[in-house]
Amino acid sequence: MGNTSSMLTQYDIEEVQQHCKHAFTQQEIASLYQRFCQLDRNNCGFIPSDEFLSIPEFAVNPLSQSLLRMLDGFNFKEFIAFLSAFSPRSTLQHKIEFIFKVYDTDCNGKVSFDDMLTVLRDLTGQYMSEHQRKEVLAQVLEEAGYTKDSFLVLSDFMKILGNSDLKMEAEVPVD
Amino acid sequence: MNSSGVLKSSSSELDLDRPNIEDYLPSGAAIQQEPRGKLRLHDLLDISPTLSEAAGAIVDDSFTRCFKSNPPEPWNWNIYLFPLWCFGVFARYLIIFPTRVLVLTIGWIIFLSSFIPVHFLLKGHDKLRRSIERSLVEMICSFFVASWTGVVRYHGPRPSRRPKQVFVANHTSMIDFIVLEQMTAFAVIMQKHPGWVGLLQSTILESVGCIWFNRSEAKDREIVARKLREHVQGADNNPLLIFPEGTCVNNHYTVMFKKGAFELGCTVCPVAIKYNKIFVDAFWNSRKQSFTKHLLQLMTSWAVVCDVWYLEPQNLKPGETPIEFAERVRDIISTRAGLKMVPWDGYLKYSRPSPKHRERNIGS
Repeated sequence: MGNTSSMLTQYDIEEVQQHCKHAFTQQEIASLYQRFCQLDRNNCGFIPSDEFLSIPEFAVNPLSQSLLRMLDGFNFKEFIAFLSAFSPRSTLQHKIEFIFKVYDTDCNGKVSFDDMLTVLRDLTGQYMSEHQRKEVLAQVLEEAGYTKDSFLVLSDFMKILGNSDLKMEAEVPVD
Repeated sequence: MNSSGVLKSSSSELDLDRPNIEDYLPSGAAIQQEPRGKLRLHDLLDISPTLSEAAGAIVDDSFTRCFKSNPPEPWNWNIYLFPLWCFGVFARYLIIFPTRVLVLTIGWIIFLSSFIPVHFLLKGHDKLRRSIERSLVEMICSFFVASWTGVVRYHGPRPSRRPKQVFVANHTSMIDFIVLEQMTAFAVIMQKHPGWVGLLQSTILESVGCIWFNRSEAKDREIVARKLREHVQGADNNPLLIFPEGTCVNNHYTVMFKKGAFELGCTVCPVAIKYNKIFVDAFWNSRKQSFTKHLLQLMTSWAVVCDVWYLEPQNLKPGETPIEFAERVRDIISTRAGLKMVPWDGYLKYSRPSPKHRERNIGS
């Protein structure tokens, strides 16, 4: 039996579970709540971006900046909803939606060439020149039937990534 | 385009102390470029491995675990145990604690009344003065240990006073130093602290020979390295004790050892310290409590029980770099004390990983 936080009631857990569409078990939610409280050091109800950056493993991740943008000012419910994409119980569609949101930097429902270039830049850093990146991206887009000026929407992403087995999971430690 | 280049050689020149983090970071090649197959849009857009790593770090990361104080399970939760616990609190705070304070006060009186005269009167007879001061420091440390009802079991051959050797140990709290000093008067290298601890450092610890460093100063490293080298060369100096982790860790893990102690060209004698948590959690969580509070917590607990192992002295093997040597010694200490090794630099507690590290992670 772990130390369940005294501040989370059974009602709270069920509400959060509903909110994330049962992506996590109640034990996992309690465990994640402990983690949330650990990160929310000043007890303000949300985690400031600074806290995420103080986790070295997160800070050295190439996509940390894009994720921070998405994570800013999250309260516990939003934190769980964010992480629900990484639960083994979440659907492929949910995971693809998450990936789409990472790409869609201006949250307008459309992913442009520049958006994809930004993520590619984060991932490759100094290993590819800007020119090489643009070339590779343009070439790959063309082969898939798009052009440099096309905007990809969620359904495009579903089509492209839909028939692969996307492995996107993070294990929640339950004591 | 080969995205698997790992910058190994340049990293050890860039950061004097930073170990090669890319050796330990999980490698997530976000772009699977098959040299023979074709790169498709699907491969490019699939950032799931990198995202999984990030989510994994958010959910639980090995670095934060090193500094978590694990509170003991409450055992006073029923009607029979609660009065027993209350009696325990009464005994600890109202009987044992005052006794301990008394013991400590007596110890300090004896110490100061001997130390101050010896320090000033024997100014001319250096050797005699230093050997008396050494015994006095050992004595006051024994008083400290007694004031927490410390039960320390020492295993292994006692440290000898030889030149060209340093002692390294894992670090849980400032009391590590006191526990070890009780047996042998070491010279230490410490962070200069404010308050009454700083006063003690500058007066009494000076007599056993101490080296100060300042974490926040960048140039400090070279100055300290030089001081270390000078100290080990001197035959008369007390054996030097170094805590290569650089910060207090919670006695379940060890973080990376700084290589400073391992490139002095002398023998390294590992010392492993393990505290028994049943009696008290000796981890000094400097983010949560001041040292005074920490000491008071120790003095109102039943006992501080720990094991100290003096392990076999190690030398740099031919063809081994100081960093590899540091890791090998860390492995020896962690195995002996039953601690898990974690690939993080303890100083990340105080600062962020630099963008350089993110760049290196991309390459792996």
